[in-house]
Amino acid sequence: MNERMTYDLVVVGGGPAGMAAALKARECGVENIALIERASELGGILEQCIHTGFGLTYFGQELSGPEYADRFIKLVDKTDIRVFTDTMVTDVSPEKVVTCVNKKDGLMKLQAKAVILAMGCRERPRGALNIVGTRPAGVMTAGTAQKYVNLDGYMPGKKVVILGSGDIGLIMARRMTLEGAEVKMVCELMPFSGGLTRNIVQCLNDFDIPLKLSTTVVKVYGDQRVTGVDIARVDEKLQPIPETIEHVECDTLMLSVGLIPENELTVGAGIPLDRVTRGAVVDELRQTEMPGVFACGNVLQVHDLVDFVTMESQIAGEGAARYIRGELSDPEYIRPETGFGVRYIVPQKINIKDKKDVKLYFRVGAIYNNPRVVLECDGQVLSSKKKIKVAPGEMEDVLIPASVFDSLTPESRITVRVEV
Amino acid sequence: MRYDVIVIGAGVCGAMIARGLSGLKLKTALLEKAPDVAMGASKANSGIVHGGFDALPGTLKAELNVRGTALMKDVCRDLDVPFKNCGSLVVAFSEEDKATLEELAERGRKNGVPGVSIIGADKLRELEPNVAPEAVGALFCESSGIVCPYELTIGAAENAVKNGVDLKLGCKVTAIEATEDGFVVTTSTGAFECSYIVNAAGVYADEIARMVGDDSFRIIPRRGEYYLLDRTVGSLVSRTIFQCPNKMGKGVLVTPTVDGNLLVGPTSVDLTEGREDVSTTLEGLDKVARLGGRSVPKASVRDAITSFAGVRAHPDSNDFIIGVSEANPRFINAAGIESPGLSAAPAIAERVTEIVEELTGAQKNESFDPVREPVFRFRHATDAERAEAIEKNPAYGRIVCRCESVTEGEIIDAIKAGATDIDGVKRRTRAGMGRCQGGFCGSKVAELLAELAGAELNTVTKFGGESKLLYERTK
Repeated sequence: MNERMTYDLVVVGGGPAGMAAALKARECGVENIALIERASELGGILEQCIHTGFGLTYFGQELSGPEYADRFIKLVDKTDIRVFTDTMVTDVSPEKVVTCVNKKDGLMKLQAKAVILAMGCRERPRGALNIVGTRPAGVMTAGTAQKYVNLDGYMPGKKVVILGSGDIGLIMARRMTLEGAEVKMVCELMPFSGGLTRNIVQCLNDFDIPLKLSTTVVKVYGDQRVTGVDIARVDEKLQPIPETIEHVECDTLMLSVGLIPENELTVGAGIPLDRVTRGAVVDELRQTEMPGVFACGNVLQVHDLVDFVTMESQIAGEGAARYIRGELSDPEYIRPETGFGVRYIVPQKINIKDKKDVKLYFRVGAIYNNPRVVLECDGQVLSSKKKIKVAPGEMEDVLIPASVFDSLTPESRITVRVEV
Repeated sequence: MRYDVIVIGAGVCGAMIARGLSGLKLKTALLEKAPDVAMGASKANSGIVHGGFDALPGTLKAELNVRGTALMKDVCRDLDVPFKNCGSLVVAFSEEDKATLEELAERGRKNGVPGVSIIGADKLRELEPNVAPEAVGALFCESSGIVCPYELTIGAAENAVKNGVDLKLGCKVTAIEATEDGFVVTTSTGAFECSYIVNAAGVYADEIARMVGDDSFRIIPRRGEYYLLDRTVGSLVSRTIFQCPNKMGKGVLVTPTVDGNLLVGPTSVDLTEGREDVSTTLEGLDKVARLGGRSVPKASVRDAITSFAGVRAHPDSNDFIIGVSEANPRFINAAGIESPGLSAAPAIAERVTEIVEELTGAQKNESFDPVREPVFRFRHATDAERAEAIEKNPAYGRIVCRCESVTEGEIIDAIKAGATDIDGVKRRTRAGMGRCQGGFCGSKVAELLAELAGAELNTVTKFGGESKLLYERTK
């Protein structure tokens, strides 16, 4: 076994979150940083996202996934951050020992002063859904299909039904169509799409691909390769209505039914998760309940845009730097509460002694037209912002200005709610 | 090619029998119609090593179950197959159920099952705090356990091949002609002569028997559906939890698996058409979810990572059919092997080997080695073992399947040991068995399969035949 190596900061995951966090920490003066990536190069899932739409918020430019990643890879290359690629972390201990393996160095134990978790997320598979029938080839997640088309250069199907209107599903509807496949429909269990409006317009409407809302796939056919699926409309309780079952011939069922933060290491370290986000519970610096361990990007909450991942990760990078410098002692936390229409808020807790601007990110549980997003403190409205529309598919945010913290006590209650 | 013995069917029984026969100086072939071993009943069942109190005293099921379970631990050690002697509980919910427990305990005593006792509600709660609070007592069987049925089959087949057995996959028997001194077996890949046949053809065993004029039994294929739950709930119970059989049926079991998941099922439905129809149904899975929750309320389908169905070869005689056929003295049946067939498999192999030994007068194979080369499993290794393994073979340092921590080295080992498709790699290594169900590693496994076969990526299949993952190259 290799000798124990020590780092000030170990960042787990070299996608957009990990890179931004490591770069920010370096910028804030952290010297000895290791960035660990399981794939053979940095960039994470961006490498297979060859469509554009990345960077509009952060760079003010429309980039493809690889281009967006490349900007950060180049920046990392210019630093002395120690990058381990093809390296998998198998354990993060409460003592901040990060165990990882690769072909070249074998098994390594890295002792860190601080750890940033940036492992990203994975797609929900078929098994988590109630789809009966056979188990042939041709049922795959949209992300897997994306890898086959964009990286390997093979067609994973010719006649495609997509279940789930998450962004990857929408992007793949367009991608498969452009490659010559027939995308028969996108079915969505909910009465609204979970994807970005711009993706529905550009990926479905522009190609006349029907989006069937309140519709799900109930059965798969085919002994070898998929030969078809049964779809059905669902009632208000999301239960399939038997009378509406309809058979659709296809050779591929593509699933885009949600993303799940990959928190196995987090759980293994004993760090508590938020039931709704399925990511760690964090404070405004993205520090988890385990001091010195931070989390950011899709492992913390599933984002719609990589730009927000980058910004969140910079917060974590700066937080880790401050932790390493010993600046984060003795916090006093309040926990912002979800009011009407709000499903969750990140960060889940705020140190009121820090007295800096804090942006709360949240998602709503349903579509609301012309609502107001209201931020309240102890019954007083701090801000009330008019919106054209809020939807579960688009993350919202609201700012708590630094000035507010002067008047807050640990008993203060901050609430975010939707007013319709 | 002439063989002394041809074993038809490479399920757990066929593979174990072939391994048993490889202990004799005989030229043996193991024929399997599917592209891999363990593709029928052995692929998808409960994986329980039963104590042996369920079968009626005096039946082959009872006798071979108890003997098989006694042999299982050593067999699994030799074949490097995960086995856990976790024990089981038959849970009673009423006074009537309690009477049934007494009956089962008595059967257990008659069958010679060690370690059977009846426990009260308090003791049950102490052993299994997550069993439903309505439970009033249980039959505790210490000798039962769990095993991975396909890993046992794979291990047995590999060990049989190591000891000289010819394993022929994708080789479907279409006709058998009896000759003066044996048979000509016609298959999808050519004809073979042999002196003896062992019929271990699972749900097709009656069809195979009829090829030599043996019309003495019928196999009624039965389907059972299951839910497999995530490892996060894998330790809700630490023993197999059966429900007490009553007027309502046999109930379903909730059991940990050797790989740390929780398995709930099965249903039991006779198949009228399609002997291998393992599609799942809404009614079946609903029933599993409902019944499973009765004994272990926290075992919720919300934690399901997959659902599946398997078939069982239920014989119309209700008992195993093992022995020389009345239609032909050179034809040996090992048929009707339904539950507790997995538990009995080592004993069935022992019994059939004895029969063949007596018929042929064959000598022992002096060079027979019952031990399979140990398989490196990263997920079971300590950090020190991992470091050592990576030093010897760097491919063990690259994790391909994140959910189950399966390395490139293990996948290459599995492909070299005979896996030819995605599911074959999955059964041998667990790559793709975890909560993401191959979402990340599937394409990497496909790359390795293609690379080692020197073939294009789009030739890779999920489970042979036309189950192709990919079509042509993109434009």
